[in-house]
Amino acid sequence: MSTTTQSPTTPDKVEGGTPSKAARLLSDRRLPVLVTAALFLAMYIAGLSRYQNYGFGDSQVFLNLFIDNGYLLVAAVGATFVILSGGIDLSVGSVIGFTTMLTAWLVQDVGLPLLVVIPISLGVGAFGGFLMGYVIHNFEIQPFIVTLAGLFLFRGLCLVISKESIAINDSAVSSLAETRVSLGLGDLSIGALVALVVLAAAFYILHYTRFGRRIYAIGGNEQSALLMGLPLGGTKIAVYTMSGFCSALAGLLFMLYIQSGDPLHAVGMELDAIAAVVIGGTLLTGGSGYVLGTLFGVLVLGLIKSIIQFEGTLSSWWTKIATGVLLCAFILIQRVMTTRKKA
Amino acid sequence: MTTTTRWRALTRHNLFWPVAVLVALLLVNIPFTPDFFAIHMTDGHLYGSLVSIVLFGSPLILVAVGMTLVIATGGIDLSVGAVVAITGALTCSYISDQKDQDALAGVLLAMGLGLLAAVVCGLWNGFLVARMGIQPIIATLIIMVAGRGVAQLITDGQIITINSEPYKLIGGGYWLTLPFSIFVVAAVVAVTVALTRRTALGLLVESVGGNAEASRLVGIRSMRIKIMVYVFCALCAGIAGLMISSNTSAADGNNAGLWIELDAILAVVIGGTSLLGGRFSIGGTVVGALVIQTLTTTIYTIGVPTQTNLVFKAAVVIVVCLLQSPKFRAKVFGARAKTTAPATPAAAPAEPAPKMEVS
Repeated sequence: MSTTTQSPTTPDKVEGGTPSKAARLLSDRRLPVLVTAALFLAMYIAGLSRYQNYGFGDSQVFLNLFIDNGYLLVAAVGATFVILSGGIDLSVGSVIGFTTMLTAWLVQDVGLPLLVVIPISLGVGAFGGFLMGYVIHNFEIQPFIVTLAGLFLFRGLCLVISKESIAINDSAVSSLAETRVSLGLGDLSIGALVALVVLAAAFYILHYTRFGRRIYAIGGNEQSALLMGLPLGGTKIAVYTMSGFCSALAGLLFMLYIQSGDPLHAVGMELDAIAAVVIGGTLLTGGSGYVLGTLFGVLVLGLIKSIIQFEGTLSSWWTKIATGVLLCAFILIQRVMTTRKKA
Repeated sequence: MTTTTRWRALTRHNLFWPVAVLVALLLVNIPFTPDFFAIHMTDGHLYGSLVSIVLFGSPLILVAVGMTLVIATGGIDLSVGAVVAITGALTCSYISDQKDQDALAGVLLAMGLGLLAAVVCGLWNGFLVARMGIQPIIATLIIMVAGRGVAQLITDGQIITINSEPYKLIGGGYWLTLPFSIFVVAAVVAVTVALTRRTALGLLVESVGGNAEASRLVGIRSMRIKIMVYVFCALCAGIAGLMISSNTSAADGNNAGLWIELDAILAVVIGGTSLLGGRFSIGGTVVGALVIQTLTTTIYTIGVPTQTNLVFKAAVVIVVCLLQSPKFRAKVFGARAKTTAPATPAAAPAEPAPKMEVS
């Protein structure tokens, strides 16, 4: 990690003396992540001082951020992979919705045990991602259009299964959903734990495996990656497969969280996932960003929601406006950073 | 020989595939509804499937025409759906506050306000893309996310219903026996085509899309062209927003124009405009938007369960995109072309030229 951040600054030192501290900070790739983390802290402290008497300081409120946004975290991790590789996946929300529908239908109407249903759902999601990646790579159609078709397809398949929502009253599902793991300070749900495991796995894959380096290389410059002899097709297809898998897993977590399948679940969730990735400091052009930033992005979005809940008088649409304003701020920060780097 | 070359020239024409798809879709209807093409007169208005396809497709055509120019500059505008919602919300909330909702002046002022809001959104997008140099897909994502919140803020989270005769005209009224919105669409399309194909504007837009930096060095004010294009796109979305809210006489901040940006981009792609920019076809876009609307109508009329609507749409998107992908055509139809190639060696020298055009 340190080598990648050091290398851009070394030629600076040779040519024009030591750059000022501020300039070095601005050219640091980790800056957006730090800014997001600082923003999260500031928002949390502001919330703490304002709603102290309403139990905002309770550690469970903090842990609830993970419980309530675990599925979003998993989906955003998948989106991080795709965006780092320079692509985009619009099918996230639809795959989540489809997974809730499929699992609810298999568990409730077909009567399969949950242990069989989980692998099926994950497999279907991953296969959908694989197909999209295959088409994107082999037929050179823009990811935007292919995943848009995926968005329509999976949302349509939801409606093919059933037009109405299916409530799940399977005992295995409800017991799994209600299981809480005590951490001393408070409890975490299974969904939140799974999300954290996914985050750790993504961190390992991106920073400590060859596959991870390839994703950064392809996102940085596809042409050079190809000339270097990196397996372009395999990596790209794997990235989309992974995104499909993450979306399906997010769908399972969402199903656990909400205990029903509905054809309209998670409409527009891909926007939340992409927003979380951008707020987390990943460049949408690909090649630069950290999965830890995505965690902070998700936490910031979650914190906005819970602050609006604590405030009580604000309506839900303020979430959207706040997300938009934050997106705007972070995009401008990214812009300033990238222009500095070129200069 | 001449028939094959003529056939080849026809299939190479950029409007061939979109029109072929449209005609095929229209013909599919005949076995199910024999009088599909019939148009009859009731109460002085023309009715028929073809009329209703154009009527319900008109907001989409408008948005897609604006989107075409944005895509021609190498950009994309995701915020049109939110702009549709904002315009409708602002206009309807202004009209609903009036004492006399039928007063023409009030309605015109409300529409002006709504369109002004749309233009402001377009200016903001254009500023971010052209001035700040932010990727269009992200720059317009801001309004896509925040815009719906703003629209709900304006309507207070309610669905505002209005009862205004003059306002009803633009989206649901009739004029000269035809739906009024058809005239609006025709006017916008005619003005756009005239501006882009009769003046140098279209060439400038294409050159900015081809290479923004090079065109700036040649002396084209690419920044100004880009801002203009985003404002135009938002304005088109604004008019579409007026139409949608007038057709239902209500403004719904949450659902008005939902997913219209995706449909519009789809229409542009079906129409043969490359998402990479540098080339566009307004005619293709109009045909593309009609294809999407016809598809929806067809699904209803042939009795396919409505819930499979989206699956059908996905299938059409995939097929159209695959047909347009040069690599896919080379893989599937290329094998057949290779086997016939030795039989006609005379055609071989002609091959490299079109290939250059493709790349």
